[in-house]
Amino acid sequence: MVDVTFSVNGKEHALSVNDNALLSETLRENLNLTGTHIGCDTSQCGSCTVHLDGKAVKACTVLTAQAAGSEVTTIEGIGEPGSLHPMQEAFNEHHALQCGFCTPGMIMAAIGLVNASESLDGDAVRKGLDGNFCRCTGYHNIVKAVLSAQRNM
Amino acid sequence: MATETGIGASVRRTEDARFITGTGRYTDDINVPNQTYCVFVRSTHARATIKSIDTSGALSTPGVVAAFVGADLAKDEIGDLPCGWLVKSKDGSDMVAPPHPPIATERVNYVGEPYALVIGETVKAAKDGAEAIVAEFDMQNPVLDVASATQSEQIHESVPSNRSYDWELGDKAATDAAFENAAHVTSLDIVNNRLIPNAIEPRAALGSYDAASETYTLHTTSQNPHLERLVLAAFVNIAPEAKLHVISPDVGGGFGSKIFVYAEETAVIWASAKVGRPVKWTADRVESFLSDAHGRDHVTHAELALSEEGDFLGLRVKTTANMGAYLSTFASSVPTYLYGTLMAGQYKTPAIYVEVQAVFTNTAPVDAYRGAGRPEATYVVERLVETAARELNTDVADLRRRNFIRPEDFPYETPVALTYDTGNYAASLDKALDYADYAGFAARKAQSEAEGKKRGLGFSCYIEACGLAPSQVALSLGAGVGLFESAEVRVDVTGSVTVMTGAHSHGQGHETTFAQLVSDKLGIPFENVSVVHGDTRRSDYGLGTYGSRSIAVGGSAISTATDKIIAKATKIAAHMLETNEDKVSFDDGIFTIPDSNESLSFGEVAFSAYVPGNFPLDELEPGLSEKAFYDPANFTYPAGTHICEVEIDSETGTTSIVSFVAVDDFGNVINPMIVEGQVHGGLAQGIGQALLEHGIYDADGQLVSGSYMDYTMPRADDLPDFVVDTTSTPCTHNPLGVKGCGEAGAIGATAAVMNAITDALGIKELPMPATSETVWRAIQGG
Amino acid sequence: MYSFRYHKAGSTQEAQELHASSGEATYLAGGMTLIPTLKQRLANVDDVIDLAGIESLKGVMTSGTSIKVGGMARHNEVAADSTIEALVYLASGIGDPQVRNRGTLGGSIANNDPAADYPAAVLGLNGTVHTSDRTIPADEFFTGLFETALNDGEVVTAVEFPMPSRAAYVKFPNPASRYAVVGVMVSETNGNVRVAVTGAETCVFRVTAMEDALSADFSSGSISGISIDSSNFNSDIHASAEYRAHLVGVMAQRAVSQIS
Repeated sequence: MVDVTFSVNGKEHALSVNDNALLSETLRENLNLTGTHIGCDTSQCGSCTVHLDGKAVKACTVLTAQAAGSEVTTIEGIGEPGSLHPMQEAFNEHHALQCGFCTPGMIMAAIGLVNASESLDGDAVRKGLDGNFCRCTGYHNIVKAVLSAQRNM
Repeated sequence: MATETGIGASVRRTEDARFITGTGRYTDDINVPNQTYCVFVRSTHARATIKSIDTSGALSTPGVVAAFVGADLAKDEIGDLPCGWLVKSKDGSDMVAPPHPPIATERVNYVGEPYALVIGETVKAAKDGAEAIVAEFDMQNPVLDVASATQSEQIHESVPSNRSYDWELGDKAATDAAFENAAHVTSLDIVNNRLIPNAIEPRAALGSYDAASETYTLHTTSQNPHLERLVLAAFVNIAPEAKLHVISPDVGGGFGSKIFVYAEETAVIWASAKVGRPVKWTADRVESFLSDAHGRDHVTHAELALSEEGDFLGLRVKTTANMGAYLSTFASSVPTYLYGTLMAGQYKTPAIYVEVQAVFTNTAPVDAYRGAGRPEATYVVERLVETAARELNTDVADLRRRNFIRPEDFPYETPVALTYDTGNYAASLDKALDYADYAGFAARKAQSEAEGKKRGLGFSCYIEACGLAPSQVALSLGAGVGLFESAEVRVDVTGSVTVMTGAHSHGQGHETTFAQLVSDKLGIPFENVSVVHGDTRRSDYGLGTYGSRSIAVGGSAISTATDKIIAKATKIAAHMLETNEDKVSFDDGIFTIPDSNESLSFGEVAFSAYVPGNFPLDELEPGLSEKAFYDPANFTYPAGTHICEVEIDSETGTTSIVSFVAVDDFGNVINPMIVEGQVHGGLAQGIGQALLEHGIYDADGQLVSGSYMDYTMPRADDLPDFVVDTTSTPCTHNPLGVKGCGEAGAIGATAAVMNAITDALGIKELPMPATSETVWRAIQGG
Repeated sequence: MYSFRYHKAGSTQEAQELHASSGEATYLAGGMTLIPTLKQRLANVDDVIDLAGIESLKGVMTSGTSIKVGGMARHNEVAADSTIEALVYLASGIGDPQVRNRGTLGGSIANNDPAADYPAAVLGLNGTVHTSDRTIPADEFFTGLFETALNDGEVVTAVEFPMPSRAAYVKFPNPASRYAVVGVMVSETNGNVRVAVTGAETCVFRVTAMEDALSADFSSGSISGISIDSSNFNSDIHASAEYRAHLVGVMAQRAVSQIS
C-alpha cells in the first residue's frame, strides 16, 4: 500500500491505496466519483479523462501513486446544475451527448483542449479530440459545442 | 399546444443534467453491500473439445469465493440461451438451432466463449483465480470462411452442413422470367463486412438474490429489461418472472448489442444465489470485442435486370449470412425478415427473389447491429442501382427517379411482403441534390484532378421498415414474442404526471421526447412530466428499444394512454361542471363548456380525481391513471437520400469525405434536435463501416481486430460536418404520424460512401472497408 | 494488474539503486505504454520505479547549436518548443492530447516500439542519447524490436538534437492506434542528410540510398525512383509490406518537398 495525499476537486484527501491502484479506480471506488468512466483497456477511448494539475489525462493510465501531491479535477468538480461550466452548458445546448457515457471524459478533454489553445476552428477541435471516442453523436454536435464554449471560457 | 416545449420543438434534453455533471448511474456505478466480483474464463481456441477443467487452483487462490464450470449450471437445470425467432427453410423445415449453454460444457466454438467463471472478493482475486484454472482441450480446425462454411467440417452435431436455414422470399419464376426479358443485367459480388458494435459502456451485470423473498434482482446493461426477464425466466429457468426484478439503469449506448440475453448476466444472476452474495461483472473492452454479438457479415451475389429504357424489371439476390458459432437472441431474423423484405428499396421493381442461407462459423455470434439487415439490403440495392446507371451511362439520380414508387402509388405492396404506407422519395432526392450542389460537382472534380486527386460522388436512396413491429405479422413470420409496447400515464394529485414506458433509453432522449409529447397533449408544463423506464417493477411490460421503435410504438402507446387520461379527466370535469361529458371540451390544459365562462384547469381536475368528495362512485372511479398497450398496424417506412462526396489522395489511397448530405423523411418529428442527433450518430456508424471498421479473424480464428489498437473506431477527425435535413410524409397508421429515426443514418450512409469511392476510382467493386491500402491497390489496378 | 511495489525516485542514482536491488523492476516514465501493459497483465514486475520526481530529467533546453530534451520531457512540452519545427510537428502528432500530456521522450525511445514516432526523430536528426552512465549515438541506440543499447537499469536522461539546417517529418498514421504505419524523418545537418523510417520494420532504420540521392540533389524527384526493399517489412491488417514500402517513398518525398 502507498499513502497518497492529493487534492480532488479542491478537497484534500489522504488515502492509503494499493501500489497498483489506478487513478480511475481510486476516484470511482474510494471517492465514489463515478462520473469518470472506464471504456477500454488500452488507453484510447478517453471516457476516463480528468485533469491532473490542469492538464487532461486518462485516469485509467495514471497510477494513483503518481498523482500524489497533485490537483485532480473530475467532471464532478467543474460545475453543477445552476452553475454549470460553459462546456457543460454548451454540450447541453448543442445536444453534444446521447447516452452520456463518453460525455464526462469528452467534456474534460474539451476543456483541456480549449485551455491549451489560443483559438480553435472546427478542424482543430476534431484533431484535438483524437483521444476520445463517442459512438452516439458522430461528433458533429460535439464540435459545435466546443466551438461555442470556447467563446464563453 | 405549440410551445417552446411542445411537439416539434427542439427542447434541450432534461437527462443531460446528470450526464454532463457525472451523476449518471450506469450499471458499473452501482455497488451493493457484500458484493463479489466475477471474472469469466474464456476460450483461446476457436474450436475445441473440452477434455477437462480443473478449478482447484482457483479455489485455493486467496480471495476466491467460488469457481464454476458449465456443468454446475447444467446441474441446476439452467437452460440454453435461446434464439427467439423461428425461420423456416424453403422446404418448410424449421431452422436448426444448436444447443447454446451459457457456459460451455463439452465444446468451445469461438475465441472468447466462456467455459468457467471465478468469483472473488475483488476483481484482482477473481482474475488471479481465473489464471489458476487449468483446462485441457482437443483442438480442431476452425471453420471461418462464410462462403465455404457449408462445405466445411461440421461444427455442431445437430447442424448438418453448418447451415441453420436456407430461406427464400419472393417469386422465383417471375424473377427468372424478368431476367430473361432484360435488355441489361447489372451484377455485383458483395461482401458486407463484419462489424463490432462497441458501445462505449462495456456490458455489465450485478446480480443479487434475496433468500427471504426468493427474489432475484439483476442490474444490467440491457436495451430491453422486460425481455431479459422473460428469457431468464422462461428459457433459462432462473425464477418465475414475478421473482425476477431486472433493472437497466443508465445504459451507455447499445446499437443492438445490448438487446440480447448473454451468458454473462445469466451466469451472474444464477451465481448470486449459489454463493449467497451479490455478484458483479463488468466487461473489459477486450471481452466486449470477443463476446458482444457482432454485426453484418454477409457474402452476396446480386443482379438487377433492366429494360432498354432503364426500368427495373427484376432483382435476384443470393446471400450467405454468418451467424457465428451460435444463434444469438434475434440472429435468425436479421438476414431474413429485416433484410430480404427490404429489397424493393424505393423502387417499383416488379419481381424480386431473395435466397438467404444462414451458416455457422467458429466466430462470435452475429446479431442485430444498428439497422440490422436493412443496411445490408440497402447496400445491395443501392450499389446495384448506382452501378447500373453507370453501365447504362445514365444519370444516377435520373435512373432512380424513373423507378421510384410515386406518391400516388401508396399504399404500395412490394413483391417482398411489405406494404409501404406513404412516402415521397423524389422530394428527399431533390432536396439532397440541392444541398450537395450536384450541378457543381463536375467543376469540383476537375479541380481535384488538377491537384492530382480523385473525387467522386455517391448516392444512396434507402428505405427501412422500422417501428418494430406489428405483432400479428411478426408472430406469423416466426417471432417468439409480441412486439407491441406498453405505457402508463399516471397523473399525480397535484397534476404533475409520471409516465412509465416499456421502451428503454440508452441515448435516445426519451425522458425529453416523451415528456414533450405528454405535456403537449395535456397542456401542462413540460417540467411537470417525468418519464420512468428501465425497470421491470415500475413499468408494466415492454419490448424495449431497438429497430427505431421507441417513438413509433412506445410513443404511440404513451399517446394512447394520454388520450385515455383526457377521456377520464373529461368525465371528471363534466361532473365538476355539472354537465354532460359531451358538452366539455379540452384544449391546452383547460376544460371548458364552450360558449360559457365555465372552465377548469387540468390541475383542478386531477386534484378532484384524488379528492373525490361527491363522485357518483357507481359511474366514476376516483384516480387518474391509465395504461395502454399499442400494437402497430404496420411497420413504418422512413426513407431518404444520402449523398456523399469524397476526395482521394492518389498516392496513398486515403479517402476523405468532403461532404455528406442526408435528407430523411421521418414523418412527424417531436424533437428535431434529437432526431438530427440520431441521424448524425447513424451516419458515423455507416461511414465507419465503409471506411474504417472491420472485425477480422485470422486463420486460427483469433480476433485480430480485437482492441482499439486495431479496430478502427471513427474519431472526430475521420468524419465531416454533416448536412442533415428532413422532408415529411406522416405515417398513416400511428396516432403521432411518426416513423422513427434511430437507424436511418447507418442504413443509408454506407452505400453512399462506397458509391462515391467507386465513382472516384472509376471501378465497379471494392471491398469494405475502403482502407487506404485497399483504395491504393485499386488505383494500381488490382 | 499484478501486484508490485511503487517507488518514486528522487534522483537518477536512487532510481538505479532501487532497480539494482529489485528482482524484476521497470522504470515508469509517462506510463503510456507501461501502464496499459501492466493493466492487461502482459507484464509482471516486482517494482515500478517512477522517474517523475527526478528534476534533472525534466524540461527542454536550447542552445544556438542544439536542443536538449530531458528524458522526462512530456511530448506536449516538446511540441510547445519551436526550436526544431520537425520535432515539434512529430511530438504534436504522437498519440492524442492526453497521451502527449503524460508521455515522455525517454520512455518512448527506451521502449523502442517499432511504430513509435520518436525513434525516427532521434535517428533522423542524429540525436545523441544521454544516459545515467554514458552517451550513445543515435546510430547505436536502436538495436531491434523493442530493443535498445540501454543496459539493465540504465536511465535515459536526455537526448541532444543538433540544429538541422532543414528537417521535416511526415507520418502515415495507423487509423486505429494512430501510431506510425510509416513515418519518415528527413534532415540535413552540417551538410549531412539523413532519412530515418519508423513503422515499416521491426526497428527504425535509415535509407542510405535516399540519403545519397538527396546529398547529390535535395529534391523529391531525386528519390522518387528509389525502390525500397520490403522483404523485412511489417505486414498487418492495416498495411502490407508492399504498401508500407510504397508509403516510405511517398512520405519521404513529401518530407523533402516541404523543405526543398
